[in-house]
Amino acid sequence: MKLSRIAAASLLASAMGIAAAQAQDTLKIGVILPYSGQFADTATQLDAGIKLYMKQHGDTVAGKKIEVIRKDVGGIAPPVAKRLAEELVVRDKVDILAGFVLTPNAIAACGVSAEAKKLMVIMNAATSIITEKSPYCTRTSFTLPMVTQTLGAWAAKNGVKKAYTMAADYAPGHDAEQGFITGLKAGGGEIIGSVRMAVANPDFSAYVQRAKDINPESIFVFVPAGAQPAAFGKAIAERGIDTKKIRVMGAGELTDDSALKQMGDAALGIITAWNYDHNHNSKMNKDFVAAFKKDNNGVNPNFLAVGGYDGMHLIYEAVKKTKGKLDADSLIGAVKGMKWESPRGPMSIDPETRDVISTIYIRRVQKVGGQLVNVEVDRIPNVKDPVKAAMKK
Amino acid sequence: MIPQSGNRFSDKIMRRQDAMANTAGAAKPQLYLRSLSRWRPIEIAFWLATLLPFVLFPDYLSLASQIAIAALFALSLDLILGYAGIVSLGHAAFFGIGAYTAGLFSKFVWGELFSGMLVAAAMAALVGYASSFIIARFRHLTLIMITLGLGLLLHEAANSANWLTGGSDGLQGVQAWPLLGLFKFDLYGTTAYAYSLAVLFFVFLAARRLINSPFGLSLRGIRENWMRMPAIGAASRAHIRKIYTISAAIAGIAGALIAQTTKTVSLEALSFERSADVLVMLVLGGAGRLYGGLIGALIFLVARDRFSGIAPQFWYFWIGIMLVAVVIFLPNGILGGLSNILSRRNRS
Repeated sequence: MKLSRIAAASLLASAMGIAAAQAQDTLKIGVILPYSGQFADTATQLDAGIKLYMKQHGDTVAGKKIEVIRKDVGGIAPPVAKRLAEELVVRDKVDILAGFVLTPNAIAACGVSAEAKKLMVIMNAATSIITEKSPYCTRTSFTLPMVTQTLGAWAAKNGVKKAYTMAADYAPGHDAEQGFITGLKAGGGEIIGSVRMAVANPDFSAYVQRAKDINPESIFVFVPAGAQPAAFGKAIAERGIDTKKIRVMGAGELTDDSALKQMGDAALGIITAWNYDHNHNSKMNKDFVAAFKKDNNGVNPNFLAVGGYDGMHLIYEAVKKTKGKLDADSLIGAVKGMKWESPRGPMSIDPETRDVISTIYIRRVQKVGGQLVNVEVDRIPNVKDPVKAAMKK
Repeated sequence: MIPQSGNRFSDKIMRRQDAMANTAGAAKPQLYLRSLSRWRPIEIAFWLATLLPFVLFPDYLSLASQIAIAALFALSLDLILGYAGIVSLGHAAFFGIGAYTAGLFSKFVWGELFSGMLVAAAMAALVGYASSFIIARFRHLTLIMITLGLGLLLHEAANSANWLTGGSDGLQGVQAWPLLGLFKFDLYGTTAYAYSLAVLFFVFLAARRLINSPFGLSLRGIRENWMRMPAIGAASRAHIRKIYTISAAIAGIAGALIAQTTKTVSLEALSFERSADVLVMLVLGGAGRLYGGLIGALIFLVARDRFSGIAPQFWYFWIGIMLVAVVIFLPNGILGGLSNILSRRNRS
């Protein structure tokens, strides 16, 4: 067994040696995203962020020409993601793995990152444990508990004493619910009831009616992005829940652009916590949004786009810092503690956990100039992933 | 499927004559079966060719291993669809049961491969046997709906059993010991392909033996007319239950292989897409021919790899065109079309 392991290791080492010799002047980035299937929208946004960054900053960094190799994973498919990651490493000889919208795929690829010693930049997948699966894994998006626990704590501080939670019955839903409950309770709040809703559930009226019967002071909601936020908004309006009396709160996906359009005035007053909104008021963001819209037929960038944009920034800066050295140990060393200004505000990478640290914004849906907009009402700077912080204690 | 003659009456007479001829010479049906089970040169060439990737495409072995696994899964569907005429849109249920069983076994017991595979096969067979009592009662459209429903139920059950399956994050902590204690699963997929290919080959041998037995022959009879088969002493429902259980076990083995070679198990193993994809593979290759699923899996996954390399967004478009073309011009799949051409040439 030992012998075979040594043989495999030397084979790998020699292969990487060859790769390094060939790739002296290029930096190859393998991007794995769900370009086809029901998650194709997310890949389009994220990839547009990557493209925009490369357009603005050129395709050469520290003397290396950047080559991006894109692979379609076609939805939630960890075996495929793992194979693609392996192929990118052994066949295409990439130096960095990047992308990853969906958690199971990211976890599968992490195994490859650890084994092949390649830097892996997660540009979206938001389950907290992923980055623990490989010592060369970092993230430029957010984690769900970062968002919902912050929201819970904020709510407790701002007069919410009792809350009812409604979450979709799947892993991200459980994470989001748990985060909110932890945050609220830590601030002295109380949970008066929780319901888990079927994931593939386009009709929320029964759930919303039950919540209304309890008549809670506030409701926390988490449903998957896509068509469901609008369906939920419709149910709120139909069942006559007054968002002025009952505070409805959730993660940012609940009130993203397309959801707001479908919900209409039912969305007014909903409070969400999120890491990015295209209305964020800074010069950098305004330029970013304008450039993004120009390249993408007037579509606004969302959290995915900014995740891809910041992911590329992290890669560029890391390679600059290592002066073109591309081995995973140097790169991850350069990534740790990196700080920068992003369209979403100040950001950094936690030197201990390699995970993202960023501002979380609390927004309320309001009408501005006849249009529904997520208006920032508060911000909590330098939020770390609370799950990892709790694990350390 | 076997081309059906237009004239049912003459068909009946011919069959009766066949039957009479058979009773006249008792050795004849055995001779017929033996002639079917003789290895043809092209088959030997095919299996030798499966070794080529080790030499010719050493960078493509992880793909090759997933093709072998998909081929095994398609083979399991072929046994029920191609031979017994049981249409299933929920076959991923058994694939997923195999994958989760093997994954959980490796997590809680040990990471030894063959025991994990056997447990997975047994579990899938058990569930297959239980559901076969429903399956054996229905045909055609009803069957499609029932298998689809059972598949979706299981998918949802696995999603809710978060504590066991890890829900939509996938099962964590799957491990796989080195093959035979010697060969570690490497980045290049060499071990994975060798392992998957060996399992595929041995299961294929068993399936081939099964199909070329009197039992296999009566399955084909059930496919053509399941009401009439009991009249000649072949109990249709009992036969269907048997083959469905066997097919479930094989699908379970395929699931175990994917869990062990990739060390990942997720809800996708139980998804409708997986059931649909395997059906597409089988239809592409040609159902009822044993090799149909193998060829179909090869074409489907290679085409997917190539097309998605060109434009990651649109690969399914090309697969769709291919499927439509095959169904219109080669109703019995690619292998069916090839054998038609060959037999036409032989006749002229």
